[in-house]
This record gives sequence, C-alpha cells and structure tokens, in this order.
Amino acid sequence: MSGLFEEIHEQPNGDVPTRRVTITVNGDQRVAQIEPRLLLAHLLRQGFRLNGTHTGCDTSNCGACTVLFDGKPIKSCTMLAVQADGHEVTTVEGLAGASELHPIQEGFKDEHGLQCGFCTPGMMLAAKALLDENPDPTEDEVRWALSGNLCRCTGYQNIVKSVLWAAKKMQAQ
Amino acid sequence: MYPSRFRYEAPRSIDEAITLLQQGAGEAKVLAGGQSLVPLLKLRFASPELLIDINGLPGLDYHKVEPDGTIRIGALCRHADLERSTILAARQPTMAAAAPLVADPIVRNRGTLVGSLCHADPQGDWASVVTALGGHVVAQGANGRRNIPVSQFVTGPFQNALAYDEIAVEAVIPAPKGTVAGGYLKLERRVGDFATAGVAVAIERSGAVVTRAGIALTGVGGATIDATEAAQVLVGSPLSAESIAQAAELAASAAQPRTDHRGSAAYKRQIVRIFVERILTRVDQSPERAA
Repeated sequence: MSGLFEEIHEQPNGDVPTRRVTITVNGDQRVAQIEPRLLLAHLLRQGFRLNGTHTGCDTSNCGACTVLFDGKPIKSCTMLAVQADGHEVTTVEGLAGASELHPIQEGFKDEHGLQCGFCTPGMMLAAKALLDENPDPTEDEVRWALSGNLCRCTGYQNIVKSVLWAAKKMQAQ
Repeated sequence: MYPSRFRYEAPRSIDEAITLLQQGAGEAKVLAGGQSLVPLLKLRFASPELLIDINGLPGLDYHKVEPDGTIRIGALCRHADLERSTILAARQPTMAAAAPLVADPIVRNRGTLVGSLCHADPQGDWASVVTALGGHVVAQGANGRRNIPVSQFVTGPFQNALAYDEIAVEAVIPAPKGTVAGGYLKLERRVGDFATAGVAVAIERSGAVVTRAGIALTGVGGATIDATEAAQVLVGSPLSAESIAQAAELAASAAQPRTDHRGSAAYKRQIVRIFVERILTRVDQSPERAA
C-alpha cells in the first residue's frame, strides 16, 4: 500500500500531472502535491500520517473511513483527495487534544463501546455529526445515524449506549 | 483500490463543463456526489480519461417548488437535503418516503438524486420514484437545454440518454393536477445494501377518483421497470380493494426478477405484490397531502 502511495503521492513518473491541494485538517492547513486519483482516506493515512482513519471494506459499505467533511460525515475511501481542496476535514485525531478525551471518546470507554476498535473512529465521527445536529437524540435516532457504519464485534448495543452517554455528558457541560 | 489515471478538471461554470465534455469526446465522466462513480473508478469498471468535477458549480444544490407545484431538484442536491426537506414532507409523499431509504446516512450526505438517475442502476431508488411521478431530466449541452422524460432517459442498465457533451442539470417532477398520495417501500437485507425489491407508487386524485397513477419497480429487472398496466387499472375510479389487488398482481407480473443471494424470483415478485398493496392501502390511513 505504501509503495502505491509513494508512486502516486511523491514520485509520479514522467509527465503524470499532479495538483497542489490545501486542506484544513483538524484545524491545521495542510498542503500536498497529489495525483488526482488519490483517495482522501489514503492522503490522510499515508500522506498526513493520520492513521486513525481506517480503511475497512474499501467499497463504501463499512464506514470505518468516515471523516467529517465541512462538518458532515462522509466516507473518505469514496472521495478523491483533490475534492477536499479548500475544505475542512476532521479525523478522529481532531476530536480532542492529545491529553484529553472528547465526551464521545469517554462514552465509548465508559460504556465499553468498542472491542477490536477498528470501526470506532468512524462510529465516533458519525456520532459527532449527529450530536452537533441533535444534542439529545433518542436511541432510535442514534441507531439511524450510525446505520452506515458497520461493527462486527459489539452487536451495536454498547455503541448506542456510548453515544447516549456522550449526549448526556455534553448537555450537562 | 486505486482508480486508473485520469485528467481532473473542476470547472466553475456549466458552460466550461460542457466545453470540457466536448474536449473529452466521449471519454469524459461528470463527477457529482461520486457515491457510485468513485467505486466504479476504483474497481476500474470505469476508466475515463477526463473527470469533470462539478461540485464547484454554483447554484445547483437546490430543490424547490414552483407556485404551480412543479418540483425542481438541482444536480448537486444531496439525498440528505431531500431527506430533511420540509417541501417534500409537505407535498411529495413518494419522494419523502424514498429519501431516507437511499443507501445509508453517510452516503446520503454526498450522493445526489440527479447523479443517481444518470448512473441508471436498476437498483437505484430515485429512477423508480421519478418514473412513477412522470418526471423528466433537464439536459444541458452546447445548444441549450432539452427535457428528457425519465422513462426515456434510462435506456438500460448503467446507460442513459445523455449525449457525450451534455450534463444533467436538473430533475423535474411535474405539477400535480389533483391531490397527491403514494409511497416508496424497499426491502433490503441491511441498511445500504442494494434493494431485494423496491416499489414506488404515486397517484393523484380528484375527490376520491384516481386521475393519474404511476408504479415503478426497483431491483427486479435489468432496468427500472415502469409498470404502466398496473398503474392504469387504478385510473378512473376510487381506490378499492379490488383495484388495488389487480394493480398489485399486474405489477408483480411486470417484474422480471432473477433468483440470487437476495432471494428467489418468486419471492421478489411476491414482495412487489405486497408492497403495491401496502402503499395503496395506507394512502387513506395517513393524512393526505394537498397538491
């Protein structure tokens, strides 16, 4: 994978056209010179070394690669990195500072909302978008908002509890 | 998975996009939401030489209703916009029912209705909905705009009637002449899966008498199926248990399902029958929406 990325990202042979993109990632302006066919998930992971964004199915089914694009959750394996030029992207690394947890992260910890953890970044960002729009969701609304994110460990029960926990905590703050 | 190499352009006007399409000479693709096209590029089922990203075009992200009741959906109106639409909730029950069933909530933030029509997947929900509503697509090319009825727009699986230098800029649902009712039902194994079967029903009534009816089927044939005979039996009289049963039976026979991992052909036909019945039986159980 990294070989392919190097080829696309840094050493385009001959006259392969690249584009310069400027993307605000977790509040910081990042610049990259990329081939237009590079996917956003790969730019985040290999280009910017933000490997909290996971690529699961690579077919826009599983939602592990979910990031916030101008505040809305999208599947970063199904968007070209060049499309993010001039836009804002939030990854799981941007949820909270290095020494603290976002209430959603606390919720996943407290309510055991993860087992293997692979789907967790996508789940948390989908949850963030939900709570930004609807701070006091019902269980049904949480399930609906997370229905584009697959988890093969938990059976979802504790994930839903985690998000409801975070909603309560954020409202109390 | 990586797409094969392409030239990427992000035009700032429709005219510029059309000029690029002409340069592409049939080897160009338009990128809107990308929720079908990007997977196709990654699988290399599509490998265009030129990709024209229209997401930066101003003024295409609307959906609106004209004073006469005509509904217009711009090429960059996302499924999520339609899911949250107060216009559709108040006026267009078939579309309002379908919007939350398209793909999954995250895909709906990017994908577009017009793009879904262009993609012409036999499993696409919007093609059935717009077919049942008798809608059309507005295509813009170098020589201006033309309207293409959606029944002629989708010419086969993954094929549409656009010329190589045309862009679908808008979908239009004609103004209803009576009171509208209808719905959309889809059976899927899990959220985001392709439909095992889906049914769109749209009727208009004057008093109790049905004055127009459309029924279209998702995922039970090589293309979206316009079940015109089934719809026609409803027109000219009030809905009755008999006419509903007859329409359901005709819709089931219009389906051309194939047995696959989602179910047997007979099962899918039965779903179509039940869904037509269910939608039509329910239209008088929920508050009607005035045109």
